[in-house]
Order: sequence, then structure tokens, then C-alpha cells
Amino acid sequence: MGILDSKIPSGPLADKWTKHKNDINLVNPANKRNIDIIVVGTGLAGGAAAATLAELGYNVKTFCYQDSPRRAHSIAAQGGINAAKNYQGDGDSNYRLFYDTIKGGDYRSREANVYRLAEVSGNIIDQCVAQGVPFAREYGGMLDNRSFGGVLVSRTFYAKGQTGQQLLLGAYAAMNRQINRGKIQAFNRHEMMDLVLVDGKARGIIARDLVSGEIERHSAHAVVLATGGYGNVFFLSTNAMGSNVMAAWRAHRKGAFFANPCFTQIHPTCIPVSGEHQSKLTLMSESLRNDGRIWVPAKKEDAIAIREGKLKPTELAEEDRDYYLERRYPAFGNLVPRDVASRAAKERCDAGFGVNKTGEAVFLDFASAIERYGKEKALTSGIKNPDKATITKLGEEVVEAKYGNLFQMYEKIVDQNPYKTPMMIYPAVHYTMGGLWVDYNLQTTIPGCYSAGEANFSDHGANRLGASALMQGLADGYFVLPYTIGDYLSDDIRTGAIPTDTKEFEEAEQQVRERMEKLTGGSGIHSVDYYHKKLGKIMWNKCGMARNEKELKEAIEEISALRKDFWENVKVPGSIDSKNQELEKAGRVADFLELGELFAKDALHRNESCGGHFREEYQTEEGEALRDDKNFKYVAAWEYKGEPKDAKLHKEDLVYENIELKTRSYK
Amino acid sequence: MKLYLKIWRQKDASSPGKIVDYTLDGVEGDMSFLEMLDILNEDLISKGEEPVEFDHDCREGICGTCSLQINGEPHGPDRLVTTCQLHMRKFNDGDTIVIEPFRAKAFPVIKDLIVDRSAFDRIQQAGGYISVNTSGNTVDANTIPINKYAADEAMDAATCIGCGACVAACKNASAMLFTSAKVSQFALLPQGRVEATERVQNMVRQMDLEGFGNCTNTGACEVECPKGISLTNIARMNREYLAATCKG
Repeated sequence: MGILDSKIPSGPLADKWTKHKNDINLVNPANKRNIDIIVVGTGLAGGAAAATLAELGYNVKTFCYQDSPRRAHSIAAQGGINAAKNYQGDGDSNYRLFYDTIKGGDYRSREANVYRLAEVSGNIIDQCVAQGVPFAREYGGMLDNRSFGGVLVSRTFYAKGQTGQQLLLGAYAAMNRQINRGKIQAFNRHEMMDLVLVDGKARGIIARDLVSGEIERHSAHAVVLATGGYGNVFFLSTNAMGSNVMAAWRAHRKGAFFANPCFTQIHPTCIPVSGEHQSKLTLMSESLRNDGRIWVPAKKEDAIAIREGKLKPTELAEEDRDYYLERRYPAFGNLVPRDVASRAAKERCDAGFGVNKTGEAVFLDFASAIERYGKEKALTSGIKNPDKATITKLGEEVVEAKYGNLFQMYEKIVDQNPYKTPMMIYPAVHYTMGGLWVDYNLQTTIPGCYSAGEANFSDHGANRLGASALMQGLADGYFVLPYTIGDYLSDDIRTGAIPTDTKEFEEAEQQVRERMEKLTGGSGIHSVDYYHKKLGKIMWNKCGMARNEKELKEAIEEISALRKDFWENVKVPGSIDSKNQELEKAGRVADFLELGELFAKDALHRNESCGGHFREEYQTEEGEALRDDKNFKYVAAWEYKGEPKDAKLHKEDLVYENIELKTRSYK
Repeated sequence: MKLYLKIWRQKDASSPGKIVDYTLDGVEGDMSFLEMLDILNEDLISKGEEPVEFDHDCREGICGTCSLQINGEPHGPDRLVTTCQLHMRKFNDGDTIVIEPFRAKAFPVIKDLIVDRSAFDRIQQAGGYISVNTSGNTVDANTIPINKYAADEAMDAATCIGCGACVAACKNASAMLFTSAKVSQFALLPQGRVEATERVQNMVRQMDLEGFGNCTNTGACEVECPKGISLTNIARMNREYLAATCKG
């Protein structure tokens, strides 16, 4: 047995999870009261895990950098959550959700994990409804569904354009119930600075109180990291400003393998960059692709005229428009998976058909949907022979009911009315499929250190399908981890409380202090943001939507040099023993400067194109991704060996027993 | 454009604070309000001064972290937006902008423009949930049909982001709009009716303990709420509270 034992249970695919639950050890309720668990991160995965573990009887401590668990970035997820309920009777099933997810991920995820995800997906909806999550409903009182990219059924449940918010507030409410019972101690405005290992097991963390600046020691029998993704390594992304990789990276440095860091999702529908001052990017939900049609002008001169403001998009005749997704992918049209849609937008813009000032935007147009809905509404309202104005008015009302908050957000940011003129969109970094390597039990390569949600690498392969992040976060937190962690903790019923006055905690705390002193002791030439923006530019230009060997090699050198410069010359004002937002940022950027290099190294070693990882050297004549199953059908898990460029590769071979590997086609 | 900023600076909770003047040039209309402050901070850092601390995170108007009282209004002059979605095109060249933290006894200042809103968490902990185990072993989600209008109204109440603008806008620093949004969400749904009596009593009790003022129906909260939470929710909570009191 090698180090990378994925611990997938034996038996038929559909029975694995049930069998595993029956086989693993349990901790009896009285003993759970003597066991402590630390959960870092309180988004969907962390919040759900904390609530359920506390409900089971464990003593839980939660940590988040935000001022309240309710503000975790899961809150920003807009479109919805998938579940194989088959309420629409359109042929959905657990198997289909499983199949779509594996295929969508371009055959780079684990069959057993993904099947389990599909299997528990229905339970998530039941659970959330019982908790009072106000999902959208039809007039008959039943739950409504919509469609997302990469699938041929309607299985997405939603709460307007704020599904993530409602699900997170559900998990937050479940946490509050346990806080009220005294079973969860919540440490908000706290950041995990390091993981503490005792005898090779994760036994606690060093945290910093972000208000007082105090360094604290917290011990537990197991540590759960549910700290989200690392999209902010690109500086500009749809992540929250504070989203960071520190907890996962600290664990990586202590021995947790980091898997597939180069698998990053660039989301096709975001509001384009407007200028140098830009601090973050805003997503426009994928659900908009249900009704919006994506196009650019068919003729280059029209594109130029639009860029220069001489021509309005609404003035362009139907035959002069290129609905390039519908043209290239007739079967899935505007609902191709995200990686495919993003690359297609880049291809058109690179070819000179972009439609905004910078030439990096395409149109997302609702005119046909408004007309279609308007006609339907006129019919159902008994209006005979409606004129165009009436149809438009009625249609706009329907569109507003579906996507009102998104349209409002667009209008506030761009200062244009998307009901009257098409939206402009462009791809942006949105989600990271890579993350801490975990086995079937969600345990990292450090015993007792678990990882859930976006922070782990587990379920989405090389590309995540829309509305699957919320599903995975809640599945990990509510329904997977609470079972699997018990198996590990059943050995700890006699251990007793873990003391924090030991040399392991002492050393870890000392290292944290030294690191912060080093950060504040730089020569003070450039601000933290200066370095973060520079890193972001390298990442976007050389490790973004299209990558090649030459530029990846350059990226590795440039990031390494930038990191050296950072540690010598960064300027962090203020002290380490008080509230200091620049110091918080500095610690996070320092870790991004290491992760970025590993990211490039991983992208360089993967000599194939798959999902979100597109290597220019490996494409078909039509520009589609060329996967290499013979040589790269594995998870790349990296072991920390000092400098990121020295990281050691471990492979977990992916075995497909239930699905035949095919070239992904959405044509 | 060039702006004259008057910003509240306060070292920590126990130190006195004061308004400090800054002049900022080169602001563009496409910048968000927080991006304008980013530029100010870059400027301050390069001069060796401590940057202005303010709360912010998602910068897309949903997490509820950003606050700021801008020219006397929570989240500034635009309607239905949080500070992070407020754009500088709403201001003019040469404007003077006064930036303060949200003011309320129950929201003590932590540093500069950052306040402590943990009182909101404690109100939610007192009863802002349905007491159902998270095991997933419940009934099928479609077992109980829910009237679409009730579901939509519950959703409207549930969109509260907990930013605290309602408290900052209220002359009594009342948290009635915030508390009533959660009470309403559950009161409107059959799942929430079971514990409705205890919920409204416990949440209102906690709200009073935290030192928030009473509601005198001025409606400023509804005007300033970035998510358009309706005053109707307060009426509903009052009705729920009265009913709960009668039940005892």
C-alpha cells in the first residue's frame, strides 16, 4: 500500500457508500462528549460540518476570518444547486448526475466519490427545505428547477439568484442552534496561522485573533479545513477579497499533499475588467445562459465600430451576428460547460471580434428571451394580438422575476440597462478544482486533518459543472464528513483533552511569530497589493485560459523571483499585536507566492489538455482539448519539499470501472 | 475627479476617535467606493502612514461585510446598494465626502471604520433557526406544497444580508427590521410555524438585551436597506409577538 491509498470501498459502485457506512467504526454518544474537533472555515462545507458534528455530540470550535460565519464566500453563489430528484420527469437519476459530473470534469475525478455525491444530492434538498430554505416554487406549490451547463436535464434548485446565500444562511442557522446549545464555540475574526502536529497527527492549530492581534493555541482530536479555494492567486477573481489559501497551504507545508493545483475554473460570464483600479470581478450567474444568447459581430468591421462606439449592438441585423456557441456546439448551444464556453469567448476576442473598449468582451443577449416570454405571457394573460411594446413589457417582467437581482447588479456596476442592450461579459477566474488531496473519507495525507468543500480536490476533476459546488460543499459537510471522521476518532475515546503547553504548540507558535516579524521587518519599498497584482498578472497571462511550455517555465522563474523580492522589500505598516489588515493580507499573499509556483509546475508537467487546463500544444485541428488518457489519467498530488519547484509528485491512478472514457463532445 | 475626504480615525475600541481630512486626486467614475479607498490607502502606505481600516469582503453586495456611513447615510446616496456596489459616478469633482462607521451603542467601534456587529449573531443564535437535525433523514422536499406567494415573500425577507444599515439609519438604533426579517421568513413557512411562539419571544428578548432601541415607525431603515427589506416585516413581527404574548 503506497501513501496515496484512496481507501475506496470495494463492491458495486451504487453500494459502496452504504457498505462503507455500515463497516466503519462509530463513537458512542457519551464518548463524543470527550472529543474536540476544530473546523476552520464556516462556509457551506465548514458550517454544515460544524453544525452536524456538534449535533452528534462532539465539542466543536469554529474559526473564520470574517466577522460572522454568515459572510463566508459561499454566500455569493448565485445560480443554484444540483440534485438528482427527477422532479421534472425528464430522465434524471443518480447515475446521470454521476455521469454528467465525471464527463463534465473531463474524466479526471474519482468514480466512487462522485457517485456518493450524486447519491446524497437528493437528501440535501430535503434537508434544506426542512431547515426553511426558501427555494423557488411553482404555482402548484412544488419546487421549481432550471438548467445549467453541460447537462440535458433540469435538476438545478434555486432561490432567485441568491441560492448560495440562502443555503449558507441555512447552515449558519444550524450552527446557531448548536452555538445556543453550547456545542459550538465560534471564533470569528480569527485566522488559522498554522497546523500543529503531535506524533504525526493533526492535533490543533495556531490562530490569530484579528482584532487584538493575540496569538492563540487551540487543540483538538481532529482538524477540518473547509477554507475554500485559491482563485485569488490571480489577484482578480470572483472570490471575496479575503479568500485565501493560507490554511490549506500551511497544512501542505506540514505534510498534506496538494492535488491538481493547475485545475482552475475560468467562468465564462463575468463582468469585464474596466480599468487598472479594479479590485475584483463580479460573476453573472450561469443560469443566465438558460435564456441569454452569446454572440459577437460576424464581421470584424462591425466589431471595430462597436468598440469605437459608432455602432450599437441592437442595430446589428440578425444575419450579421455570430452566435458562436450555437454554431460550434449545436447540441448544447449556449449551455456548454464553462471551460468550453470560456475558451470559445477567448478565441473570438483573440481573433479580433471583442466588443468593449479593451476588445475583451462578448455579448450576452436577452432580446429573444424577452420576446419569447412576452408572447407566452400575453397568451396566458388573455391578451389577443399584442403589439411589440406590450410583448416587450411583459417579457421584461418575466425576465426580471427570474434574474432581477443580477440585472440590477450589472446595471449598478456597468451603468447600462441590460433589458435594453445586451450585457457584455468575459471569462474570469472563479473556482479551483484542485486542492488538498483527500481519500474517500476526506482525510488528507496527515492523519486527523480533513478537508471539505472547495478546499479539497475531490469531486470535480478538471472542470466543475455549474451548481455543483454548493452540492459538494453541503454533501461533504452534512452527510459525508460526520460519518467518516467518526471512524478515525473511535481510536481517540481514551485520549483525553490534548494539552497545548507542549513543545509542538510552543514551536508552532514561535514560527508564526517569527514569520509575522519578518513580514513587518521588510525594507518597505512596495505595498502588499503591488506584489499581489504582479503575481496576478503572471498567473493570468501565463497560467490562464491557455498555457504553453515556454510561458509556464517563465512563470516559474518569475514567481520565484517575485517571492524573493517580496520577502526583502514588502512594506507592512503597523504592529503585529493589534488589528492590522495589511499584515493579514501580507501573510496571505506570501502563501499565494508559493502556491502560484506549484500551480505553474503542475500545469507544466501535465502534457495534455483537459477541462480547465488547456495546453496550446495539445489541441485538435478544430481547437478542442486533446486529452491523453494513456499518460495522464491520474491525480497529481504534490508533496512539499521546501521550494515549490522542488515539490515531489505522487500519482493516484484513476480507475474507471463504470464509465467508458470518451472524448468529451458537446456538439 | 478630486475629492475632499473627512474620515473617522480611531486606534481601537478604548481610544477616542476624530475626523481626519484627506485630499484624493485621480478618482474615476467606474471605480467603486471601496476601490477609491484602496487608492487612498496605497497613498497612505507609500507615505509611511497607517491605512484606513474598513470592513469589506465579497465586493459584490451580498456578504454584508461592508458598512460605512457616507455623508450621513448608511451605504451612501445610491439606493438598493451596499457600499461596495456604490460607484464614484454618483459623486462630482470637488465633492467633500464624510465617511464614518455605523453608529449605534450595540455596534462598538473596533478600529477606524470597523464596528463590532456580533450582537446580530447573538440575536440569530437566540432563535433564528428551525430545530431540525441535519442528518438528511427528513421527508421528501415536495411532501409539503408551499404556496408560491408565501414562498416568494419568505424569500424576500430572507434576502437580508445582516449589514446593519437599518440600525445605523434609525434614530433609535433599532434592530427591528433585521430581527423581523428572520422572524418573518420562518413565520411565512409551514416548517417555521411549529416554533413560532418561542422564536419571536427569544429573538426579541435578545434584541433588547443587546441595547438596540425601539421602533417608532419612521421607516428610515426600509429606505436605507440595500436589499429592500420591507417595513411590513416589522408589522408581522409585532403581530407574532403579540400573539406569542397572549399564548404566554
